[in-house]
Amino acid sequence: MASSIPASVPAEAARPAARAKSRARRRRLPWLVVAGLGFVGLLTVVALAAPLIAPQDPTRQSLRGRLGAPTVHGTDGRAHLLGTDHLGRDVLSRVIYGSQVSLLVGFAAVVVGGVLGSAAGILAGFSRGRMDAVIMTLADAQLAFPFILLAIGIIAVLGPSFPTLVVVIGLSGWVAYARILRAQTLALRSREFVEAVHGLGGSTTRIVLRHVLPNVLSSLVVIATLELARAIVLEATLSFLGLGIQPPTPSWGGMVQEGREYLDSAWWISTSPGLVLMATSIVVSRTGDWLRDLLDPTLRGE
Amino acid sequence: MRGFLPFLGHRLFRAFIALWLVSTVVFVVMRLSGDPVPLLLPPDAPRSEIFRVRAELGLDRPLPVQYGVFLANLARGDFGRSIHFREPAFNVVRDYLAATLELGLTAFVLAALAAVPIGLFSAMRRNTAVDHAAMGLALIGQSAPTFFLGILFILLLSLKADLFPTSGRGDWRHLVLPALTLGAFTMASIARLTRSAVLEVLGADYIRTARAKGVSETWVVAKHTLKNAAIPIVTITGLQFGTLLGGAVVTETVFSWPGIGRLAIQSIYNRDYPVVQCTVFLAALMFIVINFCIDLIYGFLDPRIRSG
Repeated sequence: MASSIPASVPAEAARPAARAKSRARRRRLPWLVVAGLGFVGLLTVVALAAPLIAPQDPTRQSLRGRLGAPTVHGTDGRAHLLGTDHLGRDVLSRVIYGSQVSLLVGFAAVVVGGVLGSAAGILAGFSRGRMDAVIMTLADAQLAFPFILLAIGIIAVLGPSFPTLVVVIGLSGWVAYARILRAQTLALRSREFVEAVHGLGGSTTRIVLRHVLPNVLSSLVVIATLELARAIVLEATLSFLGLGIQPPTPSWGGMVQEGREYLDSAWWISTSPGLVLMATSIVVSRTGDWLRDLLDPTLRGE
Repeated sequence: MRGFLPFLGHRLFRAFIALWLVSTVVFVVMRLSGDPVPLLLPPDAPRSEIFRVRAELGLDRPLPVQYGVFLANLARGDFGRSIHFREPAFNVVRDYLAATLELGLTAFVLAALAAVPIGLFSAMRRNTAVDHAAMGLALIGQSAPTFFLGILFILLLSLKADLFPTSGRGDWRHLVLPALTLGAFTMASIARLTRSAVLEVLGADYIRTARAKGVSETWVVAKHTLKNAAIPIVTITGLQFGTLLGGAVVTETVFSWPGIGRLAIQSIYNRDYPVVQCTVFLAALMFIVINFCIDLIYGFLDPRIRSG
């Protein structure tokens, strides 16, 4: 649901010349998007190369170096650029390792939600009738109550683990794909070329794989990007509530929670992972907005 | 034009189905989450005692029977007795509901009152520094994780600046930070939407006509622009309500606010099924009723939607 509202709608969109101009403006990469793509790339590299980059072992505790302020020369003779936490662990190293959890859960959840949601949306759009009604009523029901309560309930049942987290976060996002793919499938299935394939004896599977999917691919990319931002934030929120990745594995949400008690004396424990999380969320959703404007302005209304 | 009654009936039916689905899912999830009885009794309680309490709570019957009883009670507005508080679940939730409504309404009113003028102003001063600053802030408000926004507010406005208390419920000063945290996303969304809705209307032919007639700019904004931009704003307002309810869970946890969001989380940990069911059911009911009303308003405003 987040950031599905367009940043701007050109008021003069009706005039062709102005439209061409605004399209040209959109094509040129805005610096924010370049910065955003760079940021995401950097984050991916950091997550992949965490053992090489991190200055220290993220789980190595040091009782004498507890709650140390950011420094280049700590009491243990090491640099702690973002300070140390309540167990004397290096915050920078933990933030670096935390990116692994965020990105891994985020990407995996987007895949789960995307596959489920697309399948449901295409099925609903193609079959129409009863199947369509059932799928869309399910979607309405899911949107009808705060999903985080259901997520907490499921995780409380199954216990927090990586697969549970991925499935729950993935499930939370299927509706976005289903709604848009259903609308596009409905529009596509009445087009002549689909009817032609059908008339030539092409199976429904073939129509879906060869004709519907390629046509909805750009919408999928846009939703997936916006969903990635949402999935990363939801993972952090669940970890913050103690239902995500369990300690001692570092995760950004869990670190913010750990630092909460020391906010007054050691603010860097919570704010370091929190600011990185916030930047990631803003940058990824902004990139999604831009992709939407570029690839598929029709999605704006959703 | 199609009749209004079939439209109404269809909407009512869907709202009813959604409500039934939500309560069923909650029933299933809570029943799967394990036996609450050991949490109620001392660890060394005899087996006979465990069986007695289980029978007393109706948990020894087959699941389909429990489900039937649950639905029948639900239809009568009976949510059962809280296992933890040992009083009717509805009464427990009702006691916490006031705090959530206080927080939610403050957040919502604050958000709407600030956001519409900001969006309008941004649209009128399009592409100026003020516009960019406002929309940049809105972008942050829309993407920032609620829990971290709360932590930031506590750190900066409570611990460093000492303007507001860090947690709990009390006078208006307790309300400011949680309301800001909870309302941030809503405020940002409404501001951005207002801006784009106003921009769209400003480009319409009838605005040009009004201007060409020599109507004053204030009148153009007040009479033509705001009125026509209202429909999308009303819609998002309804959708935002669900987001607010979800956000309340997190915000209430961060600020130790004694509302139904925190109650729900604690009840899940306590496996207090009736309270969880009652909370989720009421939350879903509120959301569905509000959106139902918005659909109706919409149907009245724009007859094309009814046949759609």
